[in-house]
Amino acid sequence: MLKNLPQSVSTFSGDIDGILYFIYAIVGFFFVATEGYIVYSLVRYRRKDGVKARYETGETWREMRWIIGIVIVVTVLDFVIDSKGAGVWAKVKENFPEGDVRIKVVAQQFSWTFVYPGADGQFDTRDDLTVPRVLHVPIHSKIRLILTSKDVIHSFFLPEVRLKQDILPGRQINAWFEATRTGTFNLFCSELCGLGHTKMLGSLEVQEPADYERWLAETTKEQLE
Amino acid sequence: MEGNRHQARGNSAHHSHGDEKFIWKYVFSTDHKMIAKQYLFTGLFMALVGAFTAYLMRWQLAYPNTAAPGWGVVTADKFNMLVTMHGTIMVFFVGMPVLVAALSNFVIPLQIGARDMVFPRLNMLSYWVFVASVVCLLASFFVPAGASACGWTGYPPLSASQEYTGIFWGVVLWILALALEFASFTMGGINYLATFMCARAKGLTYSRVPLATWFLVGASLAFFFSVGPLIAGAIMLLLDNVAGTGFYLPQKGGEPLLWQHLFWFFGHPEVYVVFLPGLAAVLEIIPVFSRKPIFGYRTMVWSMAVALALSYVVWAHHMFISGMDPRLAMPFSITTILISVPFAIIIFCMLASLRGGSIRLATPMLWAVGFLVTFLIGGLTGIFLGSAASNIYFHGTYFVVAHFHYTFFPAVFFGGFAAIHFWFPKMFGRMYSERLGKIHFWLTFVFFNCTFWPIFQIGSGGMIRRIADPSQYRILDQFKTLNVFVTISAFILIAGQIVFVINFFWSIFRGPAAEANPFRANTLEWSAASPPPHGNFTAAPVVYRGPYEYSLPDRAEDFVPQNEPPLAQAEGTA
Repeated sequence: MLKNLPQSVSTFSGDIDGILYFIYAIVGFFFVATEGYIVYSLVRYRRKDGVKARYETGETWREMRWIIGIVIVVTVLDFVIDSKGAGVWAKVKENFPEGDVRIKVVAQQFSWTFVYPGADGQFDTRDDLTVPRVLHVPIHSKIRLILTSKDVIHSFFLPEVRLKQDILPGRQINAWFEATRTGTFNLFCSELCGLGHTKMLGSLEVQEPADYERWLAETTKEQLE
Repeated sequence: MEGNRHQARGNSAHHSHGDEKFIWKYVFSTDHKMIAKQYLFTGLFMALVGAFTAYLMRWQLAYPNTAAPGWGVVTADKFNMLVTMHGTIMVFFVGMPVLVAALSNFVIPLQIGARDMVFPRLNMLSYWVFVASVVCLLASFFVPAGASACGWTGYPPLSASQEYTGIFWGVVLWILALALEFASFTMGGINYLATFMCARAKGLTYSRVPLATWFLVGASLAFFFSVGPLIAGAIMLLLDNVAGTGFYLPQKGGEPLLWQHLFWFFGHPEVYVVFLPGLAAVLEIIPVFSRKPIFGYRTMVWSMAVALALSYVVWAHHMFISGMDPRLAMPFSITTILISVPFAIIIFCMLASLRGGSIRLATPMLWAVGFLVTFLIGGLTGIFLGSAASNIYFHGTYFVVAHFHYTFFPAVFFGGFAAIHFWFPKMFGRMYSERLGKIHFWLTFVFFNCTFWPIFQIGSGGMIRRIADPSQYRILDQFKTLNVFVTISAFILIAGQIVFVINFFWSIFRGPAAEANPFRANTLEWSAASPPPHGNFTAAPVVYRGPYEYSLPDRAEDFVPQNEPPLAQAEGTA
């Protein structure tokens, strides 16, 4: 079920996959055990002439002891899953590192635009760099994203990075990631946003720092001209 | 005593029915059994519409941008509309009428030994308001710009202003259809609850009420307590569309997240509104076909109560990545995962009910077991989504689609078909065909799994929901063959339902006559004639024991009807 996960290219994508596999192991066990028990019961207790069913109401603690035991195990596993997950959630969504690179993402029906603050490090100044469709980032840098929408709700989804965050119009929502592999990766809008939702595609370009600086310089030059 | 008084009042609304005209007997009927059939047929008809939307979407996903036979190319605007209407129809216009309304109407009065609902005219009104709601929804396909294309969850701002979709009338009719449906089911629910509380037969204490009735009443309770905020939310959405207000529009000072909170505060209990009636039927069928008392009757009722209570504090698990404060994720993740505890108890009690039984896999039992086997997958995969960390990746992917089809489909269709076959003899006075019933079950079971199991894989591979054209996505090229496989399976799944239609209608008219208690069950509905006459019971039944006294050690017969007088008393009166 999980063998088709896309490649994992960020510092937290492995943590998220770890949670996925951990849950997979637990529910996989319960799946096999429970489905197996159902099939076993249907065969073992099928109707036979002259054999009467057992009268058993399950109203006493003694009769319930198996179920109570399993339910305690289920409850404990629930808390283990949540406490393992809590750390990962906090890493991805709560404890933002101070970003090395800050990029503003502007979503609108049906396109992505990325705004780089330029040399002064400030947004909404004259030297802002506006790049359509492709998000360029340097590898091994903490990327701070400021997500905004001009119209409806969109969702910023980088499958290989394992990052997804809805973007609400009228707000600035923060997100971050750090890429660990260079290459071109996918960017989808994963919230139905209207007629062109399917075609609201972008891409993530993770580059070596030198390549990224060269791209940044060239693009800046182009836009100033 | 009190119960009898209310019964008498309820029944006075429709005395002598024998010589009635067609229109009063079949159209504007106040008989709960006829209203149940009306809801059932309306729901099954809407299931055909819902299946047609599924057919078109699956065609487009397997063979993008080619003409679907009987329709043409499914363009992006039509795809968004189909996605929206498929969800709306299957949840609100199939699940709700077939499971909540038809089952509650048919089963509750019969199981509690009442002559009818306590408010028969309100019951009729509830059905006709529902018809108005269906008309609204179907009409929305034919208005300019077509039906709503904002998703069945209708998230604003997309749904709040036509500038984003170009759709005005479709959205307005969609909101109106939902509003009428909520009014209809509120009327129905009040009726089920009042009947349950006031019209139980003598001796039928709360601890002797069959589980089906308990779970059906639980479903209506879940609906009442959650629907209010959504009605308020829907009015605001309507005003945003027609009156230029900005409750959900940030440029006018509104807040899009407000709708999501209101919608999911209703939406999560709504899952149980549809799920509990499916479970109700299965819980009733398992003891009958394993000839064994249900395991842990009281535990089940209390678990349901706990699950319902928890269902009101889990809604934000649909919103982990919505942009709400991320610190809210862990509290909601904990409540969500805790809700697995009462359901685990219910599931394990059902499994324990099989142990030591004498199991006969007749058609209703096949559906009941099919429900268990498939719902379990839905429940377990829910853990991936309930954990906030793994939700970051799976949210909005086809993994979610597979997950909720593994919960809704078992509840609505496995539970629904279990109920339809189990109560078929009581409803129509004739037996269904076992052979066709089994063929229909195996076709559905096999091709349901062939359709939805691969979708987990496609989803974990990164395919997102509600995309009109997978060929735009490089990452999805690897799933081309799998998508074709899913589509063909879905077509066979839909085509397999023809077997049911044949069995259903053939048996209604030509099936062998059913006896009063063909499955040798204990509960009160089986002491009435098949089909029960108007007023249900020839004499008001009296209940002497619990509903699941099967295979008592000191009796030759393996069942004891609830209304059979105890031995000593029977001898005394003889």
